[in-house]
Amino acid sequence: MGGSFTTSMARNIFYGGTVFFVLLFLALTYRNEQILPTRDNRANLTEQVVAGKRIWETRNCVGCHTLLGEGAYFAPELGNVYKRRGGAAGGTEFIKAWIKAQPTGTPGRRQMPQFNLSEKELDEIAAFLKYVSEINTSNWPPNIEG
Amino acid sequence: MQYQSQKVAKLYFTAAIVLFTAQILFGLVMGLQYVIGDFLFPAIPFNVARMVHTNALIVWLLMGFMGAAYYLIPEESETELYSPKLAVWLFWIFFVAAIATVLGYLLVPYASLAKWTGNDILETMGREFLEQPLPTKLGIVIVALGFLFNIVMTVLKGRKTAISMVLMLGLAGLAGFFLFSFYNPGNIARDKYYWWFVVHLWVEGVWELILAAILAFVLIKVTGVDREVIDKWLYVIITLALVTGIIGTGHHFYWIGSAEFWQWWGGVFSALEPIPFFAMTVFAFNMVNRRRREHPNRVATLWAMGTGVMSFLGAGVWGFMHTLAPVNYYTHGTQVTAAHGHIAFYGAYVMVVLTMISYAMPLLRGRAANSNKAQVIEMWSFWLMTVAMVFITLFLTAAGILQVWLQRVSSTPLSYMAAQDQVALFYWLREGAGVVFLIGLMVYIVSFFCNGKEKAA
Ligand code: HEC
Ligand code: HEM
Ligand code: HEM
Ligand SMILES: [Fe+2]
Repeated sequence: MGGSFTTSMARNIFYGGTVFFVLLFLALTYRNEQILPTRDNRANLTEQVVAGKRIWETRNCVGCHTLLGEGAYFAPELGNVYKRRGGAAGGTEFIKAWIKAQPTGTPGRRQMPQFNLSEKELDEIAAFLKYVSEINTSNWPPNIEG
Repeated sequence: MQYQSQKVAKLYFTAAIVLFTAQILFGLVMGLQYVIGDFLFPAIPFNVARMVHTNALIVWLLMGFMGAAYYLIPEESETELYSPKLAVWLFWIFFVAAIATVLGYLLVPYASLAKWTGNDILETMGREFLEQPLPTKLGIVIVALGFLFNIVMTVLKGRKTAISMVLMLGLAGLAGFFLFSFYNPGNIARDKYYWWFVVHLWVEGVWELILAAILAFVLIKVTGVDREVIDKWLYVIITLALVTGIIGTGHHFYWIGSAEFWQWWGGVFSALEPIPFFAMTVFAFNMVNRRRREHPNRVATLWAMGTGVMSFLGAGVWGFMHTLAPVNYYTHGTQVTAAHGHIAFYGAYVMVVLTMISYAMPLLRGRAANSNKAQVIEMWSFWLMTVAMVFITLFLTAAGILQVWLQRVSSTPLSYMAAQDQVALFYWLREGAGVVFLIGLMVYIVSFFCNGKEKAA
């Protein structure tokens, strides 16, 4: 690269381009915030769901599982586990029973720890997973297996 | 080495290599847990090993960036560091905090750790890569601010070059975007959206500035090419990086509840993100071809060219592979993602830090370059680690494609766990390649202790 394209021109293009795309990104973020209420299931964002998110975080579930495809790839996707395990006909009960029954202790099989959650905490984490399963994810995952 | 105060870099580089070793050991533990599910359970559950692996990675890369800055800024500014003492203090704060955090992960149940460290006051923990307890996060902010202060004061009293400006911008951006780790809304869709302001805008945004600046510095030193030429490349590369990378964040917003327009915005811009990485490859080779001197440190040149090639392969090619929404719909959150994450982090950030260490460490130890024997050993470690990482990536990609097929495409889809059983062979192969990687790292460490005839400084 030589000729008439100087370093100071390159620098100015850098600053100008960066500022322009930062502003564009902020505008798109603003637009996203306007659209989110139609997709993020916030009508059902209860105290209990928020408490469930706290359980999700303080037990580091994301260190083994994905949630809406983000996290670790060592254990099943949980964004849709409520629906996979029966939805209104038993999803909540399955999740609670599952967490209580861990670890399986099956030799050689991947293990999930026992978290000793109280009945209230179990209800909270189950409510959280139900809530997440009702977010509009543009049809992801491709099928119920996650 | 021209300035006494550059010496503080050695501390940072040494600690980086120590944490790098810990990272790889825990990687191997997880690799084994993938196939022997109850290995070390319940002493070290998978998620605990993963936190150690990824957090050690991030911390040692930050140590590497800081060490690089402490080495490079005095030389670029042609003046001693503003306060070497501050740099040493911040080092110990950072290193002790890192070790304490790792011990916390290993020894205390995560929920108790969260309770004892004030997570109830400000909930920031339990999100991928941001698992650190609140005091650690605050420590990172303090260290970053003190570090930036030191660097800025040094640049202000000395020569201002394009390389130091770009490096500072990158480091300031790194600290700035980290502040989003303190924002954790109860609405998971919004939490996920802003979480990427740390993770994506780091690795596909401001870190690219740091990468390009360090690479440019080492290339000037080993090739002797005119600064004017290198500066122009540097600006072109970082312009391309931010113009594509900022809106490119949208490639993470397809399936997390955000607006559907991201499928176009994110897809198109992120599909252009390989261009700056390609420019970096061309840059590295072009400069080496136009070199005006034969620098005695040949292995540093090898690392620099390796960074160019591998960052393009890992970020550019493996990133492009799954970045368009119709592809990502199937590959999202599978081993394909893990494959890309590994080779991108290794090819870009691990390799650029090792490039800087390779160039600077001999000078910090009072010689222009290591003995021929030590360089040959280091070249072996370059090839062992790099080839091992390529194979880790290939095995994970194979596992990922099969996983997508068995679990998401097939007309009789398997459950997650059943699909994992089917691809176990590739996890065994990945573990084998991981052992080769560890051997490469051991060889790398040995190269520091290998004497033999040295070249004078
Ligand atoms: C150490 C890793 C690990 C952690 C941490 C972990 N899990 Fe799991 N989880 C697993 C594994 C492995 C399985 C699959 C086990 C099996 O099929 O035998 C699983 C399965 C599940 C399932 C059943 C999925 C299905 O498709 O039927 C649910 C529900 C679940 N986990 C919830 C949680 C929650 C909630 C947390 C956090 C409180 C959590 N897990 C933390 C490893 C983990
Ligand atoms: C310098 C070399 C390495 C780098 C830069 C690196 C980087 C990373 C990163 C960034 C992640 C998070 C991935 C993601 O979320 O997509 C990760 C996870 C992981 N790494 Fe590594 N890693 C390295 C070496 C290794 C080695 C040698 C092994 C073992 C053989 C290993 C095994 C793993 C495993 C099993 C995971 C967890 C994947 C999951 O979430 O299921 N890594 N590593
Ligand atoms: C050096 C630069 C890069 C690094 C270090 C890097 C690293 C990573 C990591 C660690 C993840 C996994 C995040 C998670 O755990 O959820 C990821 C995801 C992703 N990366 Fe990159 N990346 C880089 C550049 C790129 C580029 C240039 C592209 C596109 C061309 C790209 C495309 C993607 C996509 C689409 C995902 C999401 C995968 C999914 O849906 O699961 N990356 N990257
Ligand atoms: Fe990204």
